[in-house]
Amino acid sequence: MSTHTLSELAKTIRSKNAGVNKITFDIIFRDRENYERVKRSRVLTRESVAALYRIPPERISDFVEYDPAYAIKFTIYRLTPSGSAGDGDIFGAQQYAPLLDLVVPA
Amino acid sequence: MQTLRIICPNGHLGFAPLRTESFQLGVAAAPDYIAADSGSDDVGPVPLGSDTSTSPLAWQRHDLEQMLLASRKLGVPMIIGSAGDTGSNSRVDLYVGIVKELAAQHGLKKFRLGWFYSEVDKGYLRRRMQAGETVQGLDGYADLTDAELDATDRIVAMAGVHPYVELLRRGADVIIGGRSSDAALFAAAALHHGFPADTAYYLGKVLECASFCAEPYGGKETVLGIVSHDDVKVTAMLPAQRCTVASVAGHAMYERSNPYEELFAGGRLDMTDCRYEQVDERTTRVTGSRFVPSERIRVKLEGAGKVGERFVGMCGIRDPYTIAHVDEVIGWARAQVRARFGDSGYELHYKVYGRDGVMGDLEPLRDRPGHELFILVQGVAPTREMAEELTLTGLRQMFYARLPDVKGTAGSVSFPLDEVLPASAAYRWTLNHTLAVDDGLELFPLHTADVGG
Repeated sequence: MSTHTLSELAKTIRSKNAGVNKITFDIIFRDRENYERVKRSRVLTRESVAALYRIPPERISDFVEYDPAYAIKFTIYRLTPSGSAGDGDIFGAQQYAPLLDLVVPA
Repeated sequence: MQTLRIICPNGHLGFAPLRTESFQLGVAAAPDYIAADSGSDDVGPVPLGSDTSTSPLAWQRHDLEQMLLASRKLGVPMIIGSAGDTGSNSRVDLYVGIVKELAAQHGLKKFRLGWFYSEVDKGYLRRRMQAGETVQGLDGYADLTDAELDATDRIVAMAGVHPYVELLRRGADVIIGGRSSDAALFAAAALHHGFPADTAYYLGKVLECASFCAEPYGGKETVLGIVSHDDVKVTAMLPAQRCTVASVAGHAMYERSNPYEELFAGGRLDMTDCRYEQVDERTTRVTGSRFVPSERIRVKLEGAGKVGERFVGMCGIRDPYTIAHVDEVIGWARAQVRARFGDSGYELHYKVYGRDGVMGDLEPLRDRPGHELFILVQGVAPTREMAEELTLTGLRQMFYARLPDVKGTAGSVSFPLDEVLPASAAYRWTLNHTLAVDDGLELFPLHTADVGG
């Protein structure tokens, strides 16, 4: 098995508002095998995503490995609520891109 | 009654039109109810604060017409929640008016229209606070203060099942709701017919966003939910879509920080022990959901307050030296704004597209800007005149930025337009709170009237 990027292994990688003051990120896999592989790799943890987005870990409100949907999910607090002047992403829909190229070891 | 069948054609009625092919297939599947929510706080605070819809009237009317005609033809109730994006009183009146017009236009037989309002009077909330009630902040919001209440223009309370159940009990054939938990309007129908809260609330949860619980991805398609006393089955109506274990389980976590529970006025839906099984190619069955009532009903409040009038301006940069020093260009313009308007009493925002315009502080590649940049300037001020001059100063002074080694000395930025443009006034979410009530109907005045015939 060779290394893969997260975008090669996941079916869905998305971000979206969870209420007006948080953005939630979903990484969903087609099958248990890839889901377990990414879980085992520890590429996605509370600490790793905080480092990727360069935010303090306390800005991450939730980090969940959600077995029923083969999904890893985390949620961050916004600095200002959605739709305030200066918010560039009212729906929080375009915040997931840095996850796409994360390298998952073989 | 062993089962109840509900179709949902749209997860946010009006935001984009429902797709008629799958809706008609859903209508042909003999539903007992047709229901959709029309609101979302995703659209930001401007519609609530300014009491407008972000959805065009033509699309709202299109979906209401499709659903009303199907509902009256089948003789089954139609339920709409969160009228007109925000569920404010004017939006409820708008939808009630559209339903009455459609009834007259199509010569519909007499039916009972029920509606309720959701706006919360600031004076009422202030009296509750003065009596010692804490209006609790959600998701990092502090508990409500007098100052934040003062800064608020409009508040809506998010209804649970209670007003819907009561209007159904009063014989409503068509219901237009103020702001509501989207799942509540489906759950209310199931509760009204005696189904247990455990499955009724899950039915609402899975139907609320229509085809977002199906795959492949495709919004605004109809799905059918069938609730029984011990399970919920959900089926995609579009032949090309399927409700799979993955798509249905995946939907539980959509737009939520916690995929295992969802809060309502009056309790929480616990999905920890949900089991999902594929029963045919397009249908998934769910068991094991539980509804846990709360000791006291806490109703969510949404409020928006005006920050000021707003103008926007835009410009581009191509010179790589200027791109490398864009923060100094912006700094120069900000200094000119400060010289004219002082340090406070306005907001001035710069979005640098091509560098970090989309992600801001979350952008890991902020130090690798593209070969050209687009900059959006937003100025917010108490009056339109000041907002215009503020924004124009913040934009045009970028042209005159003084960079020591720049080769191009005839202007630091490119202008696609040499003016600034009026935008919607700026608002912010002031309330994201909960308030305890003794009765789930307390904040939601109900009305009924006979229409048509």
